[in-house]
Amino acid sequence: MQKTEKLPKTKSISYSRWGYIFIAPFFIIYTIFTFYPQLLTVYNSFFEYYRDGLTIIGPRFVGLQNYKTLFSLNTSGYVPIFKFMGNTLWLWIIGALPQFTIAMLLALFFTSTRLDIKGQQFFKTVIYMPNLIMASAFSMLFFALFSQVGPVNQLLVSSGMALKPINFLGMRVTVQSLIGLMNFLMWFGNTTILLMAGIQSIDEALFESARLDGSTSTQVFFNITMPLLMPIFIYVLITSMIGGIQMFDVPQVLTNGHGIPNNTSTTLIMYLNNFLGISKNYGMAGALSVLLFFITAVLSGIVFKTINRK
Amino acid sequence: MKKDVNKSAELKLLISRILVYAILVFLAFLCLFFFYLMIINSSRSNAQLKTGFTIIPGGNFMKNFSNAWHDGSINIPTGMKNSFIVAICSALLTTYFSAMTAYGVYVYNFKLKNFVHIFILAIMMIPSQVSAVGFIQLAFKYNLTNKLWVLFVPSIAAPVVYFYMYQYLQATLPLEMVEAARIYGSSEFKIFNQIVLPIMKPAIAVQMIFSFVGSWNNYFMPSLLLNSADKKTVPIMIAQLRSADYSKFDMGKVYMLMLMAILPVMVIYIILSKSIIKGVTSGSVKG
Repeated sequence: MQKTEKLPKTKSISYSRWGYIFIAPFFIIYTIFTFYPQLLTVYNSFFEYYRDGLTIIGPRFVGLQNYKTLFSLNTSGYVPIFKFMGNTLWLWIIGALPQFTIAMLLALFFTSTRLDIKGQQFFKTVIYMPNLIMASAFSMLFFALFSQVGPVNQLLVSSGMALKPINFLGMRVTVQSLIGLMNFLMWFGNTTILLMAGIQSIDEALFESARLDGSTSTQVFFNITMPLLMPIFIYVLITSMIGGIQMFDVPQVLTNGHGIPNNTSTTLIMYLNNFLGISKNYGMAGALSVLLFFITAVLSGIVFKTINRK
Repeated sequence: MKKDVNKSAELKLLISRILVYAILVFLAFLCLFFFYLMIINSSRSNAQLKTGFTIIPGGNFMKNFSNAWHDGSINIPTGMKNSFIVAICSALLTTYFSAMTAYGVYVYNFKLKNFVHIFILAIMMIPSQVSAVGFIQLAFKYNLTNKLWVLFVPSIAAPVVYFYMYQYLQATLPLEMVEAARIYGSSEFKIFNQIVLPIMKPAIAVQMIFSFVGSWNNYFMPSLLLNSADKKTVPIMIAQLRSADYSKFDMGKVYMLMLMAILPVMVIYIILSKSIIKGVTSGSVKG
């Protein structure tokens, strides 16, 4: 071994085993704690396997029955998966719409040489901060502030703006708005920073020449900034969407896991969480996870395509 | 005529500047307001809190702190200890082993090199919840619930951190350096631990922070795996506050518990905000 090291050609071969040694911990841990559980998840999805009180039902092979159940009407007269998919998408949209609009504006403000905004570091630090806050604590704070006996209601009643306390957590519009507001606050700073970096990576000379040609800032935005920012914009948008699919902590804590009122704020992961709770319904949870995997895979595919086009 | 145009342009610029600063100040206010309120409310007694909003702190900060710290049903000192163990171990393991994996793929030429790199990129986007079902099943089967190590050991295999480390190595580590170290007779592990790791310090620091924050705030998996009182982490305890009958609660204590839950991350952020914000962009957009 030692002797062959002197020859350049065999050198790379003799070192190659080190490559495997260095990547071994990653793959051992990945196999045990992620890959095998993933296979087990898929496997479970074809079995009837849950807990009813103290008795464990199954595992019994049922083919695609869990998938059928997933897409069929429940006793309340709706298809849960469609309803919760709709909820998740809607809750993501009402947060993401202001998030991307404001973030785009701020990114343009911060990068504008004409405006020359001072104190950028301060503003960036402040608007990014909510992103790092424990989502469950943030949600609990909103609950405390907006509950029937909370300070918001006290203010509304004492100032005469409302005759009696508003049940913010009992109405669909207010619950969804609060979730949207929290998601917006937690993510617009992050998006601003990413879009800003995207704009800064555009060649400065392009803006310079457009300015010399007498283009207005609207023209510059639609003809230079936006087309060149597109790959990054799509990347940020889709990763936000993938994050949206995983939305859990905020609605879970705000509604105490019930998606009040009437499951109008139950998200897909809250639904999954219900299966994994006391009932330990590995069969249905498995089928739901497989579906989640495919949705994410499609979205990730779009991300990779946009990155590679760049 | 020309002068007039200049003047109106200048006025327009001034107005848009004022408008932009107003928007920025408003958004900054919105971000800070809720946390300010949390801090103020954590210093007020339950009776004071029943009177509504105020911007002046009450005098009950220490009393609320002691009440929260010694609470009978929510053992926050234990929760914080557990959260610290999980978050610190995750941060250490994920950065060390991701750097190691990235180094292995970057420096050595082996048959599966390209496959490994592409494989890790491909699994990057799979949400952790997809493996949750099997993970929970195995944990219950092999009696691994209420074990903290089950929460941090999986962080050894972190595709996102790997990707960041790989990019950093590409940008900073010339292969000749490794060759040179070999000529001096260093072993492969020694080269990695004593030469490469110090070069990667900035990348490791950034990823340590993000990993710490991520596991400190993590709620989904811990809530499914930890149910004994002495193993619960902070987010589980915070969620517990929500399910308790809040009308009977001392709200001063509740705000104090929330403040305790976010404080470690806030302190880290106040000290390291500059490098954290830099870290947000360097890992993701370059992709």
